[in-house]
Amino acid sequence: MSLIQSARPLAAWRWLGLPALYCIWATILFAVPIQILGLRLPEPVFPLVLSFAWAVIRPSILAPFALLAIGLFLDLFWGGPAGLWAVSLLAPYAVVLSARSIMSGQSNLARLAWYIGATGLAFGVGYLLTAVDSLAFPSPMAVFWQFLATALLYPVARGLIERFEDADVRFR
Amino acid sequence: MSLRDGPLVDIKAPLIWTASVAVIVAGIIAAAILIGDRRETLQAEAYSASKNVVDSVAVPVGGAIAAPVRWTGGGVDAVRGYFFAISQNQQLRQQNLDLERYRDAAIALRNENERLRALLSLRTDPPIDMVTGHVVIDARGPFSNTRLADIGSERGVVIGNPVMSEHGLVGRVVGVSRGASRILLLTDIASRTPVLVDRTNARAILTGEGGPNPKLAYMRGQNPVQPGDRILTSGDGGVFPRGLPVGVAVMGLDGNWRVRLDSDFAAIDFVRVLLFKDFHQLVDQKALGESNLPPLPPAQSEAIQQLEHPAPKPVAAPAPAVAGAETAAPASNAPSKPASAKPAVKPGVAPAKRARPSRTPTPSSAAPAPSGPPR
Repeated sequence: MSLIQSARPLAAWRWLGLPALYCIWATILFAVPIQILGLRLPEPVFPLVLSFAWAVIRPSILAPFALLAIGLFLDLFWGGPAGLWAVSLLAPYAVVLSARSIMSGQSNLARLAWYIGATGLAFGVGYLLTAVDSLAFPSPMAVFWQFLATALLYPVARGLIERFEDADVRFR
Repeated sequence: MSLRDGPLVDIKAPLIWTASVAVIVAGIIAAAILIGDRRETLQAEAYSASKNVVDSVAVPVGGAIAAPVRWTGGGVDAVRGYFFAISQNQQLRQQNLDLERYRDAAIALRNENERLRALLSLRTDPPIDMVTGHVVIDARGPFSNTRLADIGSERGVVIGNPVMSEHGLVGRVVGVSRGASRILLLTDIASRTPVLVDRTNARAILTGEGGPNPKLAYMRGQNPVQPGDRILTSGDGGVFPRGLPVGVAVMGLDGNWRVRLDSDFAAIDFVRVLLFKDFHQLVDQKALGESNLPPLPPAQSEAIQQLEHPAPKPVAAPAPAVAGAETAAPASNAPSKPASAKPAVKPGVAPAKRARPSRTPTPSSAAPAPSGPPR
């Protein structure tokens, strides 16, 4: 039975749909206005995990459009300029996808470095686009805190990659 | 013949190629959406229908998630109040004594203020209505600092309304739909708020940067601000009423003057929207375009008419063949411009068409300020 299941093509809703829904749910959950000991919750960009993991798992036609939709959701939900996070999510996806063959077979530490680099690229693109859009430079410290909160999500990205990297025999 | 039967059936593009094309197409779409966005404008039409729909859906979802958190917080407060009732009672007694002194001073100042206003015949500012709502979504990233409140157009909220917490100014409304309002915080990168230093009356623009302490930009004068100075809204431009508490001036690590916002010390789940109409909402644009100057004297009016619509030149008559033709000189020899065509308008008197109405309100005069900061 397990042999037959592993021989089946991986359904898109399993590695694209469900993780996307989880990220949207986590984004909504972390936007609740609460303070704990006078401090607000961190606000990591959960979909950046998808941007990195989807590119590592396999090339896909659906994934970029899913990232586009999630990015637009982030912009509408957070009230930012429409398209900002869509571009910022697609940029690291494109880079990681093009470097996919270089990353294969590397250690976990090297993959972590790639993840941090991809996250940094996304925030760099967001920083530049915001500066051009608003004609002002965002606070580097505020950017750093959100970058740090997002970089700490690497275990989630790693789990997603390990769960689906070998899920389809055609991509082994 | 279908494509499957044609010669293209054997062409199979590698998945990495098709995925790359998909990335490029998605990137182009995202860039086009970003270029077409007009978030920074305070216009109702710039807040698109998609944003309204998302806000309307996010409010009940966020409200359902936030409700247990609020209930938990309320329970914790109740327990804390029970166990710390004695110490709180002592604090409140001391606070009450202080407030009584402030109340006496406020009564005396109000009396003096009313007398001075009566002497100067100043127009008193109308009171500003306000509505209270829950915050259900709080976005606090470096690229967008907004909140979503569960009150909207059904409560009279319109775009541009100032929003306050119990302690100070929070921001302003940038999007409204039924049951939802999007609030742009003072800390947002797109936020620009005209403020003044209470001690020196120096003006500045409070500029959000995505961080917790917005910057005081465009300050003029020598030493216009000191650490600890109170910062209030100036009312310039008519977007905010004058005198709303904003925060306290502090020197940032980067050497810029910044403001520690009063709203940071308030609960973040309640806001009050001031139903204040800004200058652009108050002014009747049609009335601005009308002229209210007295009519010009008939001679001047006729001269202006002739200047604007000069009479056509008379056609030159054929040369007379008879003697004495010089006496019947053709009209073309006459001065082409009649004497009366010279403008008789006195210097400094503009034609009525170009005149601006004398009763055009200035932004500062049109912006009604509350008699005191609404608390």
